[in-house]
Amino acid sequence: MKKIGILVEVRDGEIKTANYGVITVARGDDHELYAFVLDGSAERYKDKLQKYGIRKVIDIRQKQGVIPWNPELWSQAITDTMRHFGINTLFGLTSTQGKDLLPRIASSLDSPLVMDCININVADHTVRKSQFSGKVLATIRLCGHSYIYGIRPNTVEPEPAPCEAEMIPYHVPLSTGKMLIKEIRQQESAGIDLTEAEVIISGGRAMARAENFSMLHECAEVIGAAVGASRAAVDSGYAPHDRQVGQTGKTVSPKLYIACGISGSIQHFAGMKTSGVIVAINTDPDAPIFEKCDYGIVGDLYQIVPMLTRQLKQALGN
Amino acid sequence: MKIYVCVKHVPDSAANIIIKERNKFDESVKYVINPYDEIAVEEAVRVRERDGDSEVIAVTLGKEGAINTLRSALAMGTDRGIFIRTNDRPDSMVTARALKAAIEQDGRPDIIFTGKESIDSEGMQTMYRLANALGMPAANNVVAFSVTGGQVTVECEIEAGARQVVEMGLPCLVGAGKGLNNPRYIKIPDVMKARRKEVVQVDLDSLDFKKPSSSLEILELQPALEKRQCHILKGQSKEAVQKLVKLIREEGKVF
Repeated sequence: MKKIGILVEVRDGEIKTANYGVITVARGDDHELYAFVLDGSAERYKDKLQKYGIRKVIDIRQKQGVIPWNPELWSQAITDTMRHFGINTLFGLTSTQGKDLLPRIASSLDSPLVMDCININVADHTVRKSQFSGKVLATIRLCGHSYIYGIRPNTVEPEPAPCEAEMIPYHVPLSTGKMLIKEIRQQESAGIDLTEAEVIISGGRAMARAENFSMLHECAEVIGAAVGASRAAVDSGYAPHDRQVGQTGKTVSPKLYIACGISGSIQHFAGMKTSGVIVAINTDPDAPIFEKCDYGIVGDLYQIVPMLTRQLKQALGN
Repeated sequence: MKIYVCVKHVPDSAANIIIKERNKFDESVKYVINPYDEIAVEEAVRVRERDGDSEVIAVTLGKEGAINTLRSALAMGTDRGIFIRTNDRPDSMVTARALKAAIEQDGRPDIIFTGKESIDSEGMQTMYRLANALGMPAANNVVAFSVTGGQVTVECEIEAGARQVVEMGLPCLVGAGKGLNNPRYIKIPDVMKARRKEVVQVDLDSLDFKKPSSSLEILELQPALEKRQCHILKGQSKEAVQKLVKLIREEGKVF
């Protein structure tokens, strides 16, 4: 039995669903799991965390109170907590926040780190991850005195394993950081975060105009999906950069991915090939997307998507 | 200012990767400058074009062919290059230490630009390790950059379309994300000019750094097989959509 730290990510006062998948992997053969909570609401998350097998909830603060968001300070706090509790293994998400924290923690501990793992063997420190735009699956061994793993969101189905968790408040001494977070700005395109979304509906070049994306947004709203775009759509100015799925955009792994008017380049697949069910809607029966999806409809997205939205509404009874 | 920009020589994203000897691949494919590093080069060159007084030095670490990526960076407008030669594909712990040693041997950086990650090994950590080794602050996935009076202000893309505005003093590291700029196209005269620019070559083994206490070992590479069998939903659009709704409810298990 090993002590394993879990970096708990929170949004809008709730633990991100994908975190429970991380806890499920880390639990393995009954490891002792420590949840690291930094937003000051540890007490409130206790019930949910113990339901998934967390034994200790560490409420990490500084003497003056909750540590304000700052990747430098937060990673310093987690590094200190790991040292204090004698924990040499850390699990987190390969989310935007995880991407900015896990490598900082790994650098200061001089730990090996693998991001975007889709499979982990805690006992022999080996992981699997995709490389070369999703064309290669690499098996990698982490060698060192401590181990850090970033897991691709949604690759593991959360499974409860109830236990009784202990609350442990911990105050870290922090030195002043070298970077200052001035402000957080919300963009207009804000919505469900792509990297963690359970359902994504994406549009490609065939969307033809930025305004036409509203059709995808309407459908997305019905099923709580995030809206993505192909590089062709982004480069043509139909969708903002932060919506791009693929090689030079986001890597996503939703349970359901609906590609509308996307031909399906290698670079696009690189960003979504580990999705659960892939659905393609395209007028061209020879589009490469039809070779790599689960279900396809050969048809005009301008006709199919509104129809899909209506039928989903009916099916969901609203 | 002295500006360094780290670039990586990577297989083109469309290249067919053929695996050999269990954990290696056939490297006789088309290579390009890592796309995010290209954005980093563009930003570094723009800083120099604005303030006129800076020098931009491109640094790469790789096998013999990596000189081509260095030449691309020079053709885009960097002033000179440093080529750290190796016959291996070192992990990010070694790479960060080697970059640090080579940069410090050359001069005192004010800003180091890198791409936010590489598209081949997708390790997502070298820039942070380099910053840590140099004791510098680092901001990654940067989509807006400015520097005035020794102060760097960047906007980093964070989740769900939000951005965080970060201030850092010099020296610092900046990891370029998509959207920061549109890299310029290289013209033939730029390529010719780049050939005359100075490139210092050093062997990785000749650099002075302490061996890291950790490492990543590639045990095996396998082709990622496509196991999907596509079912085209036939019939009139309406029927096809009906079938689809039923299927995604049953198999997608999301609602």
